[in-house]
Amino acid sequence: MKQIWVITKRELQSFFDSLTAYIMLVAFLGFSGLFTWLYGSDIFFVKQASLQAFFGVAYWTLFFFIPALTMRLFAEENKTGTIELLLTRPVNDWQVVIGKFLATLLLIVIALAFTLPYYITVANLGNIDHGATITAYLGLILISASYISIGIFTSSISNNQIVGFLLALAIGILFHFLFSFLASSAGGFVGDLLYYLSINSHFESISRGVIDSKDLVFFFSLIFLGLVSTEAVLQKNRS
Amino acid sequence: MDIVVENLTKVYGSQRAVDNISFRVKTGEVLGFLGPNGAGKTTTMKAITTYLIPTEGDVKVGEYSILEQPEEVKKVIGYLPESNPLYQEMPIIDYLDFVARLQGIEKSRIKERILEMVRICGLEGEKHKKIGELSKGYKQRVGLAQALIHDPEVLILDEPTSGLDPNQIVEIRELIKHIGREKTVILSSHILAEVEATCDRIMIINKGKIVADGTADSLRRQAQGKEMVRVGINTEGQAAEAMAVYEKLKTIDTLEMVDIIDGDHLRFEVQSKAGTSSVKAIFNLCVANGWTLTELSPVETKLEDVFRELTIK
Repeated sequence: MKQIWVITKRELQSFFDSLTAYIMLVAFLGFSGLFTWLYGSDIFFVKQASLQAFFGVAYWTLFFFIPALTMRLFAEENKTGTIELLLTRPVNDWQVVIGKFLATLLLIVIALAFTLPYYITVANLGNIDHGATITAYLGLILISASYISIGIFTSSISNNQIVGFLLALAIGILFHFLFSFLASSAGGFVGDLLYYLSINSHFESISRGVIDSKDLVFFFSLIFLGLVSTEAVLQKNRS
Repeated sequence: MDIVVENLTKVYGSQRAVDNISFRVKTGEVLGFLGPNGAGKTTTMKAITTYLIPTEGDVKVGEYSILEQPEEVKKVIGYLPESNPLYQEMPIIDYLDFVARLQGIEKSRIKERILEMVRICGLEGEKHKKIGELSKGYKQRVGLAQALIHDPEVLILDEPTSGLDPNQIVEIRELIKHIGREKTVILSSHILAEVEATCDRIMIINKGKIVADGTADSLRRQAQGKEMVRVGINTEGQAAEAMAVYEKLKTIDTLEMVDIIDGDHLRFEVQSKAGTSSVKAIFNLCVANGWTLTELSPVETKLEDVFRELTIK
């Protein structure tokens, strides 16, 4: 546990040292602020005390930003060879993978924490559904965790950051909207399966204010699968 | 802490990078790995550090096996990889702090250890710089500092002096020698003089196999089966022609080979057949022809020659 935290702290520090974290925070808050308050179907346009507009934007911005955060995590270490020094320390592969995962997730949580003023503002403007808002935040965190674990996996398989980024986006697109898009035209068992596999459907159900075990199982399986695959890649690289 | 390598084999595709190697390094011994590029030095070292999982065989560091207890092995090993990979964006102190924490050094001792490493490795003037801003020599020192910070029992150094200037090389060699008195050290190098200067024992590896193992002296003796002497002759005013003397030298029957090394001054290198000596015959030849000997000295086989002979086959 201590080892994981040492790695997490270093990775988080490295996000801030390399300015990645600042760029990500500014861009994320800029985008979500713009579409929540000023432009398009924003809060004043909808005329409801709800953060739906914000969640819609965050759903998309996180999808693009997370691969940009994760692409470096292993690809750079593979390229410069620092992975060798890291893995010959008294840590196991799991601690390294989880340490990096947590660092990225923490950065996302920080970004989401900066949007809490939106919540407070809207809550003061009218009757907001607190339950649905909180579960929607939780949904965003679960989605982020899923994309981070996919991104870490794609970053581990090569020493090229761009490959890691594009591959993470490609896999992300499947879950983000392609599965739900196909589900509507497929129908039957395949349609149900695809619908279950789409992150979209789970986010919708969770942001309605209901935490269903079906949704949690889906997210945790996806996260677990990404992390296990990463660990397998690390193992494979050494034998 | 002893290192015992047992039947270590590492296969990449169809190539046997390391082929059934076994050896033992004792505490207080500095072992030098020599060998051409791609001979299997780095692969062997990576296996000892637990980074590479061997195809067959095992390595024991102290009582711990790299396969069974890798975490324990990692605690006692300090490792400097070949290309000295470091986090370029991190300041030196932060990096050493990170390493110290990962190595599990007690919190109260971390600061003291970092300062000691900075002092030993001569990083005082640079300690607040980022690693990426350092020259190659200083980066190498950071590499050594990270390998030594937890005061490891075993040190694995893959080409520790590459990229350093001559002064730094001498310093690092002294440091390794000093450390080597109590610890077990394995280092690899291309520079034969370096291995000779720092190591108690030399192991030459070629194509994944150990081709020689021993002290520098014993290796030299091993390769020096044949007598080799340098001969200088003064023909005392006679028509001095190198070829004429050369032809006469060749008539000595214990002689295997003559080389003219300086035709104007009549200097030759003479190699005798195995187990024989030509010194007496050369002297007699000079007397018979009325020449004087200006030089008659044995030629020591250089470690370079041993190396070349063993690895170019």
